[in-house]
Amino acid sequence: MDLFANLSLGFGVAFTAQNLMYAFVGCLLGTLIGVLPGIGPLATIAMLLPATYALPPVAALIMLAGIYYGAQYGGSTTAILVNLPGESSSVVTVIDGYQMARNGRAGPALAAAGLGSFFAGCVGTLILAAFAAPLTELAFKFGPAEYFSLMILGLIGAVVLASGSLLKAVAMIVLGLLMGMVGTDVNSGVARFSFDIPELTDGIGFIVIAMGVFGYGEIISNLSKHESERKVFTASVTGLMPTREDFKNMVPAVLRGTALGSLLGILPGGGAVMAAFAAYTIEKKTKLRPGEVPFGKGNIRGVAAPESANNAGSQTSFIPLLTLGIPPNAVMALMVGAMTIHNIQPGPQVMTNNPELFWGLIASMWIGNLMLVILNLPLIGIWIKLLSVPYRWLYPSIVLFCAIGVYSTNNNTFDIWMVGLFGVIGYLFIKLGAEPAPLLLGFILGPMMEEYLRRALLLSRGDWSVFVTRPISAGLLAAAVLLLVVVLMPSVKAKREEAFVED
Amino acid sequence: MNIKSQKDFFSGLMFMCVGVAFAWGASSYTIGNGARMGPGYFPLVLGILLAVLGGAITFKALVVETFDGDHIGAIAWKPLFFIILSNLIFGAAIGGLPSIGLPPLGLVVGIFLLTFVAANAGDEFKLKEVAILATLLAILSYAAFILLLNLQFPVWPAFIKA
Repeated sequence: MDLFANLSLGFGVAFTAQNLMYAFVGCLLGTLIGVLPGIGPLATIAMLLPATYALPPVAALIMLAGIYYGAQYGGSTTAILVNLPGESSSVVTVIDGYQMARNGRAGPALAAAGLGSFFAGCVGTLILAAFAAPLTELAFKFGPAEYFSLMILGLIGAVVLASGSLLKAVAMIVLGLLMGMVGTDVNSGVARFSFDIPELTDGIGFIVIAMGVFGYGEIISNLSKHESERKVFTASVTGLMPTREDFKNMVPAVLRGTALGSLLGILPGGGAVMAAFAAYTIEKKTKLRPGEVPFGKGNIRGVAAPESANNAGSQTSFIPLLTLGIPPNAVMALMVGAMTIHNIQPGPQVMTNNPELFWGLIASMWIGNLMLVILNLPLIGIWIKLLSVPYRWLYPSIVLFCAIGVYSTNNNTFDIWMVGLFGVIGYLFIKLGAEPAPLLLGFILGPMMEEYLRRALLLSRGDWSVFVTRPISAGLLAAAVLLLVVVLMPSVKAKREEAFVED
Repeated sequence: MNIKSQKDFFSGLMFMCVGVAFAWGASSYTIGNGARMGPGYFPLVLGILLAVLGGAITFKALVVETFDGDHIGAIAWKPLFFIILSNLIFGAAIGGLPSIGLPPLGLVVGIFLLTFVAANAGDEFKLKEVAILATLLAILSYAAFILLLNLQFPVWPAFIKA
């Protein structure tokens, strides 16, 4: 079978001593930074990206994938122990995870998250490998009109599944698209919105935006809160392994979470967040076994299911990125940026032109998941120690690493001025309650969308109906409209708002 | 008319202003038409769209009742000021400021300056602690970024090297 031939090619690439080491270092660094309170996976990846510049492309991507998994896992650790979700997808983990930690059962909670994620990661990787080839075939049938419609669907999906106000999320996407316009227009060579600043003719660096908005903006907002709001349960982590009873409760929850996550993750818009919410809701609806702790009081299923769903979703969200070249969420948008730095244009051609890279990356994803379990469960004591580092030592270090990272991208101080500016903008967004993740997605997609729109309309001689007369394109747009309609239906709208209320 | 949601009201205003600014800027480039888009076409459309969305958000903020008024709350001027300042000082230390004749001071000095300035953003400032932290960060960064990753940084002040 092709699948196995491909996978063995991938494992051949990934199982070299050098690449294994990069996967290991990536996981380690990712967890190390990701576990720090107040730093989500986005900021972690942005901060660590410069560390991969000097590597060959395959190694760099493998390390990045490792960083991504590490950061996600680190985020769940923080969620469980500090009651501080590093990203929106671990918001639900907090509910029962933190309660478990308070009851002195932080160990089993962390193990449930780790093992559940590992299982989900394995399934997700297999699905990714199986679906990649047929989807790539489909991708070659796509013309500019289809790509444009797909991006519309992806962006709509991203807002629908994001938390908070729908209108504001759409506005943030459009703002991101506009920021993507800054720089030289590829067709005419006109430097747009560059104010005669030479550095701006290359456009705004995505690292600058990511670090400014997600790094500095978050720090400033964290510092304005009082230290007493964060309480760490470090002393109470004793036994790590879940009991037999725990396993009995966990296994079906993990299975359900994985299935749900894999499904929602493939959808454009990246369903990791929605998957976690949905998985939790389903667990809550299933009947409690006799003697089981109720939900919200530290039920292990409330940790295992959303964590598995989250991880399966983040795994399968690589599918649209690798096959179509379209990032389904902000983290994947960062990955696109990273790939372009290494001169890889994500899309269907990666698999045919560069099979070692493609399958090597997929194999290394599985290795990365495995490493997380091996690395993190025994080392959990160290991560917990890290959590107790006071914030007043952490944040100057984060500011420093951001500044160094930004500078090293182009060796230009202009980027440091820009990151300062975006720090202020990021804080403004937080204050105004405008979620910044859609902005980054829009920023990456902006130039691509313009290019596809241009080509599509050039081919149709300016006839906009091309988007609805071509069947695939029409189908994608219909799906986008349907999504919007469903979300705006009063009953669904109320449920959605309810689901995203954080308390 | 009362503002029902402060956050939405002001974010709507922000989107409107930015949208109008982009659309206005785009109109100075060639717009072209659908079949032959000029560089101004897409930004103009997006700018108008953003302004409309901003208008809708502002309108909603004036009409739809919210539970607690969605107050923006106090702005954390102190962290805002010191974090951004420390970042700018670090940039000046790495690249120097030719306009005022400041030579590049290099990475090590930059790290100390950044740490000392950034530490002012928090609730407490303990000189000894900050000094230790800065030294640690300097050693760590030198080992990681210069020795291990080989990044191109001026490490020491320019006038010492010369």
